[in-house]
Amino acid sequence: MSGMSRIVKTMSNIIFPFVMIFGLYVIAHGHLTPGGGFQGGAVVASACAMILVAYGSVWTMKKIKEKQLSILESLGAIGFIGLAFLGLVFADKIFFDNFIMGPNGIGIIFNKSAEGLSNINTAGVLPLMNFAVGLKVIAGLFAIVLVMAYATVKVKEVE
Amino acid sequence: MIYNIPYFAVIGLIIIGLYAVLFKRNLIKMVIGITLIESGVNLFLITLGYREGSTAPIYTLSPGGIMSMPVPQALTLTSIVIGVAVLALMLSFIIHIYRHYKTLDVGKIGGDEE
Amino acid sequence: MNIMNHLPALIIAIPLLGAFLTPLISKINDRLRNIFVILIAGLTCLLVFLLANQVFTEGIQTYVFGANTKETLNAISSGTPLVRILFEVDGLSAFMAIIGCLLPLVAVIYSWAFMKDHTGLDKYYTLILLMTAGMLGMMLTGDMFNFFVFLEITSISSAALIAFYTDKGKAVAAGFKYIVISSIGALFVLLAVALFYGQYDALNIAVIANSMQYSFLDKVALVLLIAALGMKSGLVPMHMWLPDAYGRATASVTLALIPTTLASLYGVLRVSFTLYGNNLITGNPLKQIGQIEIHLNILLAIFLVSLALITIVVGVLMALKQTDLKRMIAYAAIAEIGYMLLAIGAALSVLKTEVGNMALKGGMFHIMNDALDVGLLFLVAGAIYYATKETSLNKLGGLARNMKYTTVFFLIGLLAVSGIPPMNGFASKLLIYESVYQVNPILSIVAILCSILMLAVFVKVFHSIFLGPKQSSFEKVKEAPKSMLIGMAIIAGIIIFFGLFPQVIVNNIVTPAVDALSNPGTYINAILTGGV
Repeated sequence: MSGMSRIVKTMSNIIFPFVMIFGLYVIAHGHLTPGGGFQGGAVVASACAMILVAYGSVWTMKKIKEKQLSILESLGAIGFIGLAFLGLVFADKIFFDNFIMGPNGIGIIFNKSAEGLSNINTAGVLPLMNFAVGLKVIAGLFAIVLVMAYATVKVKEVE
Repeated sequence: MIYNIPYFAVIGLIIIGLYAVLFKRNLIKMVIGITLIESGVNLFLITLGYREGSTAPIYTLSPGGIMSMPVPQALTLTSIVIGVAVLALMLSFIIHIYRHYKTLDVGKIGGDEE
Repeated sequence: MNIMNHLPALIIAIPLLGAFLTPLISKINDRLRNIFVILIAGLTCLLVFLLANQVFTEGIQTYVFGANTKETLNAISSGTPLVRILFEVDGLSAFMAIIGCLLPLVAVIYSWAFMKDHTGLDKYYTLILLMTAGMLGMMLTGDMFNFFVFLEITSISSAALIAFYTDKGKAVAAGFKYIVISSIGALFVLLAVALFYGQYDALNIAVIANSMQYSFLDKVALVLLIAALGMKSGLVPMHMWLPDAYGRATASVTLALIPTTLASLYGVLRVSFTLYGNNLITGNPLKQIGQIEIHLNILLAIFLVSLALITIVVGVLMALKQTDLKRMIAYAAIAEIGYMLLAIGAALSVLKTEVGNMALKGGMFHIMNDALDVGLLFLVAGAIYYATKETSLNKLGGLARNMKYTTVFFLIGLLAVSGIPPMNGFASKLLIYESVYQVNPILSIVAILCSILMLAVFVKVFHSIFLGPKQSSFEKVKEAPKSMLIGMAIIAGIIIFFGLFPQVIVNNIVTPAVDALSNPGTYINAILTGGV
């Protein structure tokens, strides 16, 4: 699809950072306020979809390849399951354990260095898992919208 | 009695969704029907967690009193994510089917031509 | 860190880790990715065998995610409500997990050569590993909502795999039909889980089974669960998706789809035998006609047996008139699912007696045999498609001169499906005929007649494809590549081994599953009275 007029492009340039900051805020405070990985990721992905609609899918596909989004998505997923496996190695040695919460070595290092950073140290391994899931959701939802928009362009050219 | 109105909405949504899936010939309308059924089931899950006179189950700076149950909210969130994934898959299938058959009528696709 | 304590969690985690690493590895090299996927599937198989050995010798294994297992179970037995997700592996789960890990391993080995010329292979291998993880999770879990999540994971990945041939329209249409039906079924399962949660404030299978009072909402939930899970496992009249999905997917995907259908059958068994286990025979009778009391198990048995009879007859009769090879094998697979459910339904009506035990043993042994037999037939159909690019029975002919090994494998599969000794199909079908005859003779007579019909259908197919004069268009047909032959040989070897020593298998593997089905109390006590 082709892009929209210059007014729309300018307005979406201005709004995009605000929506992205709000989405990252929702991801980062998932353990204190309503929100978390999926909700914040969906907000950021909708900001990216706004850019896609404003600038057109042909221009966006030139700037962001689908391969890069696939690598980001795999990194998010590996981060999530890597954190689950780390519970097997430290502390209580259970799969999916919250190994940062207890009074053991890893917990003290993490809790001391993150004190005062808006209560991120109060929930152990949950904010880290929120970040991993948020990254995966952003990359995944943006890839879905991008590929669908590009596929419908090709349908018109075939006819 | 007023606290039973969400349950009537659930039954209405599920019946309308089933009607759309069973009796409509357009592929996109079938997908909309499945989304309606999924919305009905999610509404049912959320309504189960309500206790009379309760506040939101958030721990920081809460005004006290009883809180509604947080477990159905987690179940509904999982169900919404699964619904998004299924919807994306079904719409991708419809793009492929339209590109090959040039029609969206469910009676004309998928025949066993040699 | 002792691996033997964490086996149920590792069985799910290792295929998931492999599925997430596969897109990254496939950007480096293709051969490396194939070897990596085969290694992950083999490692999962090894872990499942270790877990099955543990369950068969020591009893039910439980695993609590995120907390120490012994402390949590002790806390539950002294009154704390259960809030964690648990995996509970008993004899039935271990039995189904053995099938569910072996067939995807053979599918991955087979698709090394079968899918070599296709693009998009990194997504193919990722989806097969995700489907394996979802299927094993469905079989091992002890929590109803967790069962729903794994059911959706399995159905989404298998729908994407069925539509793998995106250049033709038929495969994508079959995938669309599959995802619509499967999604509605899963939403009904979620509705039933929400009904259970609303009444009993618990999501765990053992806790719900313990506190089940057979109220009106429980009857609605039973109907929803059996209808939805029966729809996903291909019972007539809800079987419409099965011939399209099995017939138009690639052959290795069909081999990996068979255990997912059987996992939904496992869901039917778990719901009717364990979740409602305490209400099957004891409890108030549902109706009283004169002096006869009809309990829940007789009602369920009549319903399941009638569905099974219709399934067998429709499956075999529709297989007679097909002209496409894979569609015909798919209808034979539908008929075999009818046999499994016939034995289990007959066992429900005479629960906890000698005849019921024999029927259950026959039905469970037939689940494993049928997965192997129909799988081998689909692999042979895939090899024929790879060599000749044809699937229609009207055009194939005279292939036995060029493809010797494939002919032998098809012969083994044919004998096994129809129940001829010395293959494994004979052992399980003999148990089914003997026990079902003592429940009601008519059922056994219909089953034997349809088995003879199926033998006739397959002999006709064998003659028309492999024997007969050589066709001129098939001059240059070569034998199938080595990795496909290795995959078929593994399954054929297991079939012959099961056929020659059925007593070993029945005593060691099938009997714990049957014991787990007949005694729902052990499943409940393993959680509620604290682990050992």
